[in-house]
Amino acid sequence: MKKIVFRIFVALAALTLAGCPTAPPRQETDAAPVEERGGVARVDTDGVDSGNLPDILTKGALSKRSVYFALDRYDIEEGYRDLVAAHARFLAENRGFKVLIQGNTDERGSREYNLSLGQKRAEAVRQMLLLLGVQEAQVEAVSLGEEKPRAEGHNETAWAENRRADILYSGEF
Amino acid sequence: MKFPCFSNRFARLLLGGWLCWSVVAEAQLAIEITGAGANRIPVAIANFVGEAQSGQALTAVVKGDLERSGLFSLVNAGNEAVSETAAVDYGGWKLLGADALAAGSLRRNTDGRMEARFRLYDINRQGNLGGAAYLAAPPQLRAAGHRIADYIYEKLTGEKGVFSTRIAYVHKTGGRYELRIADSDGQNAQTALVSREPIISPAWSPDGARIAYVSFENKKPIIFVHSLATGARQVIANFKGSNSAPAWSPDGRRLAIVLTRDGNSQIYTIGANGGAPVRLTSSAGIDTEPQFSADGAQIYFTSDRGGSPQIYRVAVAGGVAERITFESNYNVSPHPSPDGRNMAFITRQDGRFQLALMDLQSRQVQMLSDFGRDESPSFAPNGRMIVLATEVNGRGILSAVSTDGSIRQRLSVPVGDVREPAWGPFPR
Repeated sequence: MKKIVFRIFVALAALTLAGCPTAPPRQETDAAPVEERGGVARVDTDGVDSGNLPDILTKGALSKRSVYFALDRYDIEEGYRDLVAAHARFLAENRGFKVLIQGNTDERGSREYNLSLGQKRAEAVRQMLLLLGVQEAQVEAVSLGEEKPRAEGHNETAWAENRRADILYSGEF
Repeated sequence: MKFPCFSNRFARLLLGGWLCWSVVAEAQLAIEITGAGANRIPVAIANFVGEAQSGQALTAVVKGDLERSGLFSLVNAGNEAVSETAAVDYGGWKLLGADALAAGSLRRNTDGRMEARFRLYDINRQGNLGGAAYLAAPPQLRAAGHRIADYIYEKLTGEKGVFSTRIAYVHKTGGRYELRIADSDGQNAQTALVSREPIISPAWSPDGARIAYVSFENKKPIIFVHSLATGARQVIANFKGSNSAPAWSPDGRRLAIVLTRDGNSQIYTIGANGGAPVRLTSSAGIDTEPQFSADGAQIYFTSDRGGSPQIYRVAVAGGVAERITFESNYNVSPHPSPDGRNMAFITRQDGRFQLALMDLQSRQVQMLSDFGRDESPSFAPNGRMIVLATEVNGRGILSAVSTDGSIRQRLSVPVGDVREPAWGPFPR
């Protein structure tokens, strides 16, 4: 009996994976077959694992990685220039390190437009790093738009937290 | 190797039917109509002969489709089954208030498939409006119901029905994202992609076989083209920076996409199988959300080149972009209608994001929605309805509204958020 239950389970699992059972269309009468497009194959993606970083990047000045922006703005404010400059110095002295700048926005408005706005923020940080001597090959600016909010709320505090560009080192992305 | 009571094949069929039903019941998109047309056509859908004995729902699918469209009112046709070959009692149906009657039959053929036959009658003119027959494997009988509803819809309204189309959307529960494909009635929802990272901007290929989308599974936005039947995925754009906003050309050969490899977001076109991108726009700011016009000659897009996000259009061959929107300082997400006459877009007014429709000839703008958090509009292929993502009570739902604003539907799931709808093409 156990075996039978197992078989039923396997049959169910197979059907789950294969979608609903379908028969190939055959035109034998004057009736029009309804085309069978029920099959949608499912794909699961894998994420990327983080590695270990040296202490200098996880403790002290270089552990600060976030640059915040005002609403609809993408210029780096005075208060964040030292932070970006510190990373520029480290990267200029350690050419083997690479960074990914991820730009973010708050949740309001078009997802795709926000993706572009987040890109502008990331690009502003990238441009400052390049001006301070970091090489092009060491830095990539990308955007997460409104898709990966650090603060999940729907209020001014959460929105301000999410208008942000983060500096990630190799191993963190 | 055999099941004890049934033949293996029969048992599998039985279990398959049960399984499909249970999976669908959990994953389905519930659609409720919240506004209907003022002058609905009264139509009677009689029970089909043989339907009750088959244990399969067919006329329920037809009725559900017609009623949800907001263009029909269902006349109670009683419990008696009426075959497509039976003589029609026109006087009797007229007394019940029906303008049209559909009658039919359902039987199981020797090959196991179901055959649905029906005929549509004009009660006032006492005439036959034609009929059709459809064959379907039992689990696909709903599809035959959608075909019948499409036939009735087209005969009575003069425009093509969209009951046999599908809708793609993203379902988010916790940190899990699923790209799903459901029938136009929300049933038969199937998962095409599961990811722990966001999926946005699904776009159907014109033949309905593939979907392009943006996936963040590699910690940055990359454009994939995904074949639905096989699950095969192809990376179409993974350039330095962000890759996003795919839109198919009407002939399915190219995609308009947004790349940031040269700095800020700019619009490019690329072959549907990848290749070298060709830059289309050149501005100092953001150019994004490209959409081809129905004739494929122009691309509508969003740009902040004038200081605020506004909608522009440019010839696919390139040239000077023409600004289309002026009211409000935030107009985004342009979607030209299938007939090329109108453009749906999202406008911000007093901090509220609303669906608007512009007549491209007169440039008149009509507001179509007032949820306040509208995003991502997508036209049904017949141009009558627009589906969009919005938020109600803090949860992501989909809403569909007719272009005249009279018909409204709400599409939601029991758990999680639904977003990023894309209405698929007519079946081929």
